[in-house]
Amino acid sequence: MKHFQLSSEPVAHLALALLLIVLLPMSLDSFWLANFGKYIAFAFVAVGVVLVWGYCGILSLGQGIFFGIGGYAMAMFLKLEASAPELPDFMVWSSVESLPLWWEPFHYFTATVAAIFLVPIVIAFPFAYAIFKKRVSGVYFAIVTISLAMTMTVLIIGQQGDTGGANGITDFHTLLGMDVISEESRRVIYFIEIGFLLVITTLAGLLLQTRFGKILIAVRDREDRVRFSGYNTAMFKAFVFTIAAVLSSIGGAMYTLQVGLISPTLVGSVASVEMVIFAAMGGRLSVTGAVIGALMVGLMKSYFSEQFPQTWLFLLGAMFIIVVGFMPDGIAGTIQKILSPKPAKKALL
Amino acid sequence: MSFEIFVMQVFNGLSLFTILVLMALGLGIVFGLMGVINMAHGELMTLGAYATYLTAKFFSIYLPDLMDYYLIVAILVAFIVTYVFGYALERGFVQWFYKRPLDTLLATWGLSLIMQQSFRSIFGAQEVSLPLTSWLTGAWEPVVGIQLPLNRIFIIGLTILVAACVYLLFFKTRAGLRARAVTQNRAMSSAVGINTDRVDATTFALGSGLAGIAGAVFTMIGSTNPGTGQLYVIDSFIVVVFGGVASLFGTVASGFVIAQAQTTLEYLMSGSMAKVSILLLVILVLYFRPNGLFSSKVRV
Repeated sequence: MKHFQLSSEPVAHLALALLLIVLLPMSLDSFWLANFGKYIAFAFVAVGVVLVWGYCGILSLGQGIFFGIGGYAMAMFLKLEASAPELPDFMVWSSVESLPLWWEPFHYFTATVAAIFLVPIVIAFPFAYAIFKKRVSGVYFAIVTISLAMTMTVLIIGQQGDTGGANGITDFHTLLGMDVISEESRRVIYFIEIGFLLVITTLAGLLLQTRFGKILIAVRDREDRVRFSGYNTAMFKAFVFTIAAVLSSIGGAMYTLQVGLISPTLVGSVASVEMVIFAAMGGRLSVTGAVIGALMVGLMKSYFSEQFPQTWLFLLGAMFIIVVGFMPDGIAGTIQKILSPKPAKKALL
Repeated sequence: MSFEIFVMQVFNGLSLFTILVLMALGLGIVFGLMGVINMAHGELMTLGAYATYLTAKFFSIYLPDLMDYYLIVAILVAFIVTYVFGYALERGFVQWFYKRPLDTLLATWGLSLIMQQSFRSIFGAQEVSLPLTSWLTGAWEPVVGIQLPLNRIFIIGLTILVAACVYLLFFKTRAGLRARAVTQNRAMSSAVGINTDRVDATTFALGSGLAGIAGAVFTMIGSTNPGTGQLYVIDSFIVVVFGGVASLFGTVASGFVIAQAQTTLEYLMSGSMAKVSILLLVILVLYFRPNGLFSSKVRV
């Protein structure tokens, strides 16, 4: 029963840590380091997708919603700091007279951090539990989540005065008085980010080794049997979905810090489906693979959409088809297959 | 709300309904009957729209005298083009993903990205729009104060015709019988001598062809760009799921309910809020009836 955890995973994890902590900061200038910071923000989401999709068989096309919650929470805090004591500029443009009530908590950093962690939990858990209790699963869950992601975009764009509309929230320079543009603080933010990431990937890897991890796999492969054995599978599924939601939210907050912008396009259905490909590319059964996948796809996106904008969508589309059709375990699975004489067991969906 | 506004409001709802129904009927066949999630369904609609556009171009250059009637030909062309494309797609692509619904979803999403970019490369990123044929401009005024645009009446008529044809095809012909048999029990159908592969391909092609017709109709009320299809595909999925998968009648009914609710709410509040309310309402209804509004009570 070892096949669910690729055995070379700890080694790969160590190599990844080395790459992120030593190699990248030493070899990259601040522009590229910030770019990598951006890709790593998506790696948080990808780790969540591995847990939910790879190990529990739930395909969520709504990770963008939680990415947006974290991203907007952070952006609202930064925006209030940037424009204090006046109203944020886009509110003035849409002639909003006073700060909406739900913006008030974002004056405080602790409240913002709490929101980044708690809001996804409060939203994801009851929603997921209710849905899974009704035994909505598989493609229906995918459709429900993708339509919620679309709803979220429509809502944000529609409420321009409160949310900045299609332009999103941008134009902030300081975090708690620290200049976020300067090279040094960018490095600090980068290290905070990878610190978070490495803690999370380690925890995720450990989680999958526990009995809980085994139950997740059992739910993925034969949910009815697990249910007949007396487990409340809806609870397990909702729990892991909530973990993924929180991870996405952290990723969103990091994204806002790195890029200095959050907009509805990062929340919507298209972005949400794209987030799945990070995990699929890296390997849906490998936490480290997902991080590598996010870095690779992000890097390719930067390169191709700048150099050959015509070909990026072709490439992305081909990536979906090839990964899903020919290498369902992604890069990590392929490497594993080459390394080990026994073929890695295929993921059952 | 005065009576005139009410009537015109309902009528506007009807024309949104027709696009949704044509799209959702195709999806209902592909998803509901075959269980295939085709995220590229929207791009098939775009393909139909571009086929219509090209037909109009062809007429305006070679047959300017017959320009008034290009639409009739274009609808057929759009259907045939998307039908053939759908057939090829099923044989060459989708059939390898059967039994892996989630993977089908992602793979066809990839396909939809490739198709969008192809449209962009071929037709440009700008919107293309078509002149309305002369006999469809203007409005019918049954009573003073109520103006019903002729092109919308045409679209509604066409949708009813298409829906009737689909009904007859599935419930009154041998081919339809075979398709329904394969849906209900693939192994058994195969055992009694039905060529299930061919049934799969033609059913998928038919669903695609309906998306093509939806695209042709779409050119009459809006202008087409490479991303047009993507705007409609999620809505269509919602219509199919809301109506109850595997129930074509349910698909039509739910398209009607959603379109009417949306136009009515748009009248009462902003467009985005209307959309949000509808989506949340649909999800709420699905919570209480997970198999859709019109599902038959069968344990699967």
